[in-house]
Amino acid sequence: MEKTPEAASDSESSVYSDLEEEEDANTSDDASSSNEQESADSNNDKDSENENLKDHHEDQRNGEYFLKKNSEEKKVEQVEEYAVDSSDEEDLRNTVGNIPLRWYDEYPHIGYDLEGKKILKPMNSDELDQFLKKMDDPNYWRTVRDNTTGQDVILTDNDLELIQQIQKGRYPDSSYDPYEVREVIYNFATEQEEKWRSKEPEERKTNFIPQKFSCLRMVPMYADLIKERFERCLDLYLCPRERKMRVKINPEELIPKLPKPKDLQPFPTVESIVYLGHTDIVRSITVEPVGQFLASGGDDMTVKFWEVLTGRCMKTIHFNGKVKNVAWCPNTSVCLIAVAVEEKVYIINPGLGDKLVISNTDSLLQTPLEDVGAQKQQIISWSTADNEQWTQGIRCTVVHPRDVHQITWHSKGDYFATVMMEAGNQSVIIHQLSKRHSQLPFQRLKGNVQKVLFHPLRPYFFVATQQYVRVYNLLKQEISKKLLTNCKWVSSLAIHPKGDNIIIGSYDKRLSWFDLDLSTKPYKTMRHHKKALRQVAFHRRYPLFASASDDGTVIVSHGMVYNDLLQNPLIVPVKILRGHKVTQDLGVFDCCFHPYQPWIFSSGADATVRLFT
Amino acid sequence: MARKPKKKGESGAATTYISRKQALKKLQLSLKDFRRLCILKGIYPVEPNNKKAVNKGSSVPRTFYYLKDIQFLAHEPVILKFRDFKVFIKKLRKAIAKNNPDTAQKLRNNQPLYKLDHIVKERYPTFIDAIRDLDDAISMCFLFATFPKSRIIHAELVHLCKRLTVEFMHYVIESKSLRKVFISIKGYYYQAEIMGQLVTWIVPHPLSYCHPSDVDFKIMITFTEFYTTMLGFVNFKLFHSINLYYPPKLQEDLALEDDSELFDRDDLMSEAVAALNHSLKSVVKDSEEEEPQFDEFPQQEDQEKMDLAQKEQVKIQKLQKLFKGLRFFLNREVPRESLVFIIKAFDGEVSWDKTLFVGATYDESDETITHQIVDRPNVNKQYINRYYIQPQWVYDSINACMLLPVEDYFPGEILPPHLSPFVEEKEGDYIPPEKQALLDMQKGLKKDIRQKQVDSENEEEKSDEEQNSSEENSEVDNEELTKPGKRKSSSVIIDEEAEKKPKMTVKAGQFEPEDINAAERQGREERKLVEMMIPKKKKRLYDKIMYGQRRKSREAEHLKVKRAEFDRNQKLEKRLSRGK
Repeated sequence: MEKTPEAASDSESSVYSDLEEEEDANTSDDASSSNEQESADSNNDKDSENENLKDHHEDQRNGEYFLKKNSEEKKVEQVEEYAVDSSDEEDLRNTVGNIPLRWYDEYPHIGYDLEGKKILKPMNSDELDQFLKKMDDPNYWRTVRDNTTGQDVILTDNDLELIQQIQKGRYPDSSYDPYEVREVIYNFATEQEEKWRSKEPEERKTNFIPQKFSCLRMVPMYADLIKERFERCLDLYLCPRERKMRVKINPEELIPKLPKPKDLQPFPTVESIVYLGHTDIVRSITVEPVGQFLASGGDDMTVKFWEVLTGRCMKTIHFNGKVKNVAWCPNTSVCLIAVAVEEKVYIINPGLGDKLVISNTDSLLQTPLEDVGAQKQQIISWSTADNEQWTQGIRCTVVHPRDVHQITWHSKGDYFATVMMEAGNQSVIIHQLSKRHSQLPFQRLKGNVQKVLFHPLRPYFFVATQQYVRVYNLLKQEISKKLLTNCKWVSSLAIHPKGDNIIIGSYDKRLSWFDLDLSTKPYKTMRHHKKALRQVAFHRRYPLFASASDDGTVIVSHGMVYNDLLQNPLIVPVKILRGHKVTQDLGVFDCCFHPYQPWIFSSGADATVRLFT
Repeated sequence: MARKPKKKGESGAATTYISRKQALKKLQLSLKDFRRLCILKGIYPVEPNNKKAVNKGSSVPRTFYYLKDIQFLAHEPVILKFRDFKVFIKKLRKAIAKNNPDTAQKLRNNQPLYKLDHIVKERYPTFIDAIRDLDDAISMCFLFATFPKSRIIHAELVHLCKRLTVEFMHYVIESKSLRKVFISIKGYYYQAEIMGQLVTWIVPHPLSYCHPSDVDFKIMITFTEFYTTMLGFVNFKLFHSINLYYPPKLQEDLALEDDSELFDRDDLMSEAVAALNHSLKSVVKDSEEEEPQFDEFPQQEDQEKMDLAQKEQVKIQKLQKLFKGLRFFLNREVPRESLVFIIKAFDGEVSWDKTLFVGATYDESDETITHQIVDRPNVNKQYINRYYIQPQWVYDSINACMLLPVEDYFPGEILPPHLSPFVEEKEGDYIPPEKQALLDMQKGLKKDIRQKQVDSENEEEKSDEEQNSSEENSEVDNEELTKPGKRKSSSVIIDEEAEKKPKMTVKAGQFEPEDINAAERQGREERKLVEMMIPKKKKRLYDKIMYGQRRKSREAEHLKVKRAEFDRNQKLEKRLSRGK
């Protein structure tokens, strides 16, 4: 390549000129044109123009790219990239080099082409020409002037895209994604190494950092080799040795051999009906002894009666307080339900089912009371319902001194017991329906009574306080047993229909099974739930029991009690029933089995009652 | 008769152990001598089961030895030598102090020395015991052989270690008992099978001595004293077991060069032996012994085991002749000793530039050379009829039990990963794809690793393309499908409008696909239910085991993810470079 005398001028000056020109030139930058010359052989001026443009914008954008541009390698690559679309129709190339173009201001030409001929300055077009061009030429907006050659150049789509990328502050090559590569791996390795270094030498998993070498001759000596061997020597003669027995246990061997749930069917497995209608927590549910209807009551101050099979709400009774407990009378010849609302217990005839039974019940309750003399000293008052209440179904009201928390019926259906919290000796009261009479069974009561229960067959009465369950003989009027629950706080109590086994649920996640013949301590304690247990229940016919918990699950277990006294009960959890949503850390509140089907009802804080079959 | 009340510390555990201080008192030795004695005799402290009972109720940390061990030490003749040495030092000091050089010299000439032969015999009643304990001994000797002479480490000891290790390597070469080799950043790991025992040792990278500050070389020297004695016996026995002369003799007398007068002949001989390149002279002449073949035992109960053993035997026989017929030439930049050792151990022939070391058998210009091992990116003068490979090829081939394709190991190539043969993956562990490919290749699935990689890449690209095309197709399909669908629905609406009253209809039953996961889910749930019933006593153990298993699988998963990421990056980089 030839160079004009001007081009041979000091290279430093060219650098300065570069800086000067950079500011005023909007469309072109001649700084790199000399570089362009050096590398390119078959580039037309269009390309060099593009090149310039690109350079210029990049210079503005980031210095880093500028540096790269100036490096020789980069140039070569770029040339290759543009070599493809170069058209050799007119090879106008200015060979003046990297000099300020103002040196040519006084001449009619602006430089020399490859053959050494002068490149003449183009005709200066006036504003009118410019305007006409603007109107006529559809490519006017993409036409720029190359100052080195004085030619107009039309930018291609690629060039435009490139310019737009740079204008948006992105990488010029739109296909290049800088965030994809390498960094991840480097971070990873260094992260690991840092982790290794941060640990004490004794805690490290390996005493070396794995390294990679491209070939064997690069592998250096290992600095710690002698030290490691020395440490091995120390270990050999200084380290106290101990014989440790290592047991190889297959985890399968630790799992108890239990029958498969499949062989223990039937038990509820799927959710089949959701009873919707309550608007707040459903605290308590109870099933009619025949199993046709279901009653539920909760914080929305209503008791709703449902038909079990259809999920239809048959009746709703409103109260002026939150319903704490509902309990259906187990006697099938009457149709009665006891509802605990604050201090009052309402005896209600819901009027569902057999008409004859309903009318019988009403006539039974309409018989006038014998005025018993003892009533005057009682703190409990019975009252019959007024007309309005009668139409609602309420037949009697029993007013207690404090809030009633639980109602439980005797299996015959005449007596029922109520529990008041924090009432000292008066916590437990036993009521007789036929005489409409109440009595305090205990003169002194230790502890805070949680739940009470009648024995289904024999005259026994269970009182669960926070940590103990006391069993009283009602005939002899004495305590017969005291069960040690090993729990912090008992929440619920249920008895096996045969009466020899009871289960206890507690707020500290435990479920304890007591065999009353065996011991006063639990036969088995299970911690299956993740949160406090709210209710436990036995099935009347099938060997099933269930526990409901705040973790939103009901766990159904198979609990087989054998007639043979020597054989211990078989307890196998068979199903975890999920369905209730945990709302405000509260899950399932109550659960009870259907009287003769292997179904279970559950009610929860999500204001639903669900049936699992 | 009433029994006497038991006194504390007079029976039981308290009497079976003895503290170190008591032991020193009993043996009347200084701590330094006691340590030395313990090292030589292989006595080590023990951790009592009930430390408090042994320590008589005190909780001061103490080191305990078995009383019987200490009683055993008391009968050691070396103790007498220690005492003699103490006297000797005292006398020598006195003589020097009194400025009696003659006396001092006389004393020095009669310096008491102890021998360890009887201790070796005592510690290793059978030869197998000694071989079992060989790992530390060989590693230590190899390390000492690299040490420079210093005030503490005498040149004799270093030379002795060098000689013993060379002899041992000769045995391994002659008996063809090398099994595994591995280059790590710590050094070269070797594993040999000697008399049915696996012996593993490490040899440091050449020229790797840097003087560490926190190492007590006296202790290491005591160990090495014992190890060299032991290794001397072991070498003797090993050489005789394969009918070799013990101080090793070369089979063919070296044609000593003209300037042999300048050298000591013995030195030259030991150098030639150290070259490892010449086979040793055998006691029995030309004993082309047939290798013992597996006999057929009909109707064996454990036929499977027999088959397995036979297969193993065949594999080992194949491995022993891995490099048979191959002629290697080592460039001067590769580690000579290690490569000569492993090439000779697998029946190959090897030589090097004769100016590099004694014992070269042929020149670089030899036309029969099949492989030249180079460790530089480019070679000036190349012969066309040989492979130029990097040293890793030799190591990888041995571990793979087969000659690997040489293409990956050409000079300047990016080497494939050097996988450790000592890692044996169990089920559920992470297996690197390279290893998997190697295993497949060993099993006979004749597919080149490289080829496979290329294939997989192509497949991926193909699949990418397919995906793209399928996406396009699906788009088209969707459009096509939706159009008639719309039409249909509109027609339905018209129909409904026309009739107003919905007809009672029977719809065709739809096939509900069976939930594949249902069974699995049920299994998991059953498992959970059973787990709930594990008694508390076992629950912790069970949880621990399960936790361990989970952690293992997590680690494997982690490695897998890491690998996938690495592969992706690798691909991207490749694509980028291709784009340029």
